[in-house]
Amino acid sequence: MNLETKSDGRRTGRRTRTRGVALSAGRGLALALIALPGAVLCFCLTLVSVALVPVGIGIVTTPWVLTGVRAFADRRRLLAAEWGGVRIQRAYRPLPEDANPWGRTFGMLRDPATWRDFLWLPADMTAGFVTALLAFALPLYPLEGFAIAAGLWRVLPDGYWYGFVRVTDQSSAFYAAGLGAVLLVVALWLAPRLLRAHFRLTAALLGSGQGELAERVRVLTETRRDAVDTSAAELRRIERDLHDGAQARLVAMGMDLGTIEALLEKDPAKARELLAQARRSSADALTELRELVRGIHPPVLAERGLGDAVRALVLRLPVAAEVDVELPGRAEAPVESAAYFAVSEILTNTVKHSGADRVWIDMHHDQGRLRVAVTDNGRGGAVTGAGSGLAGVERRLGTFDGVLAVSSPVGGPTMVTMEIPCALS
Amino acid sequence: MRVVLAEDLFLLRDGLVRLLEAHDFEIAAAVETGPELSRALAELEPDVAVVDVRLPPTLTDEGLQCALEARRRRPGMPVLVLSQHVEQLYARELLADGSGGVGYLLKDRVFDAEQFVDAVRRVAAGGTAMDPQVIQQLLSRRAAEDRPLERLTPRELEVLELMAQGRTNAAIAGRLVVTERAIAKHTANIFAKLSLEVSDDDNRRVLAVLAYLDRGR
Repeated sequence: MNLETKSDGRRTGRRTRTRGVALSAGRGLALALIALPGAVLCFCLTLVSVALVPVGIGIVTTPWVLTGVRAFADRRRLLAAEWGGVRIQRAYRPLPEDANPWGRTFGMLRDPATWRDFLWLPADMTAGFVTALLAFALPLYPLEGFAIAAGLWRVLPDGYWYGFVRVTDQSSAFYAAGLGAVLLVVALWLAPRLLRAHFRLTAALLGSGQGELAERVRVLTETRRDAVDTSAAELRRIERDLHDGAQARLVAMGMDLGTIEALLEKDPAKARELLAQARRSSADALTELRELVRGIHPPVLAERGLGDAVRALVLRLPVAAEVDVELPGRAEAPVESAAYFAVSEILTNTVKHSGADRVWIDMHHDQGRLRVAVTDNGRGGAVTGAGSGLAGVERRLGTFDGVLAVSSPVGGPTMVTMEIPCALS
Repeated sequence: MRVVLAEDLFLLRDGLVRLLEAHDFEIAAAVETGPELSRALAELEPDVAVVDVRLPPTLTDEGLQCALEARRRRPGMPVLVLSQHVEQLYARELLADGSGGVGYLLKDRVFDAEQFVDAVRRVAAGGTAMDPQVIQQLLSRRAAEDRPLERLTPRELEVLELMAQGRTNAAIAGRLVVTERAIAKHTANIFAKLSLEVSDDDNRRVLAVLAYLDRGR
């Protein structure tokens, strides 16, 4: 049963592979047919049109030609995505709608994407064409070998060469078939790869680092959104805390003082009582403001920097902690703050979940990176990912291109490491 | 009693000057920056310095650094550090040299003029004045972790806390509304339970408490 399934699977695999080769052969032919004439035409027209710019004709024709080249490149981008699964970024600069031919021509010529297109065309008409055509021809050529062995050799002129086999009689025809079989195996393996190579070539020249750049842009966009979200949420929290806490207390205090003013003559005892209350309110308001400040930017962090801020932090921890700091200077305030709150969050997690009774914190700066490792002797099993506190830390660090790694096998120990690229001053 | 005062915010400096003068202190100098403070401490040799932690020009812990520096030059020089927040880290640094005459208080404590002036006098006399918040943090932290503290009764913990703030037995007795003898008994019990040698010197007691609390770190 098992065996049958397996051989079944193998057979299905072979069938899909055969289909895959047939498909890539068909696509190879289509690509070869498009690539050669299309690329030659585009290349020549561009060349001529640009050459005619100084005499004026080019000013009119170039936008048209270049638009055509872009359409051609777009078509190929589409095919690369559909057939090869290779996504090639489109990165043409937008042109103003109302630009005159002059502006359009030079706008397009200034665009580096235009020059990438132009460089891609000769590559496409040569290497691109060859890879596509080979993807088509390679699986077909063996068929000729089989046909020769099947009797085609009789009608062929004497001394016909099939590959490196000279076909003169049936036995040499069999050699040709053997070669065909070998070639077929090679073709089965090579044809899809050739097609992929073709698309990669297109991507490498047309995309030209754009993919990497686009990825970078995507990451930056995301982290910026996170940063904006976090800071907006933070501002809302601060506003709410101020409004509900200190502000309300100060208002109450003002009211009390007003009442005291009125009572001063009439009922001095009551006034004194209210005075005491007003003083308490002001003290409470201060306490709340202090907590708020600690939540925004801890005073020790501002005064002493990351090392001592973390040292002060662990003094409040209910577990024993060892802090090892080797920072020859101070990082920029936002980086310090991010690292501090990350450590704070990790320590909170540790205290809450790990069951550890010891923590080791190691901070140092090395090769332009601030590295912080928090290790505990708890039970482990900490995870990053959605919902966990560590995911929040990761997002926060992301704003600074920082990364977070968690090693936490079940049974412990847990080690959380982070790295933030930064310079010390 | 001659005081050097360092506080960068005009309103607070003004208020402190008025408050201290109202309680018969002589303000030798009221300065607003770290370098000014260092100079004033060196030249005027006041009986006590009241110093804000955060001072210009760095607006970091300049005040604390000046105070520590002055105490290195003149050991035991009384310094009361005021801060908008209290950190154990700073308290430890102030207490580290083991000689008395240090205080570390939240600025809020100024609200209670009597208590504040009392703290200044205590520090000037070579005693200590630690903010209850520092002590509270230490005690709650240690209570969660260390066995010996569990052996203390709630009343003894209360006494220990006040003692750690730098109060004398008489002051503690007044605060808890019991006789001084009762407090003496409590303290003896506390030292016995924490296996510490009894000493009558107020500031030694704080150091002993802090040293004990520091153990295992």
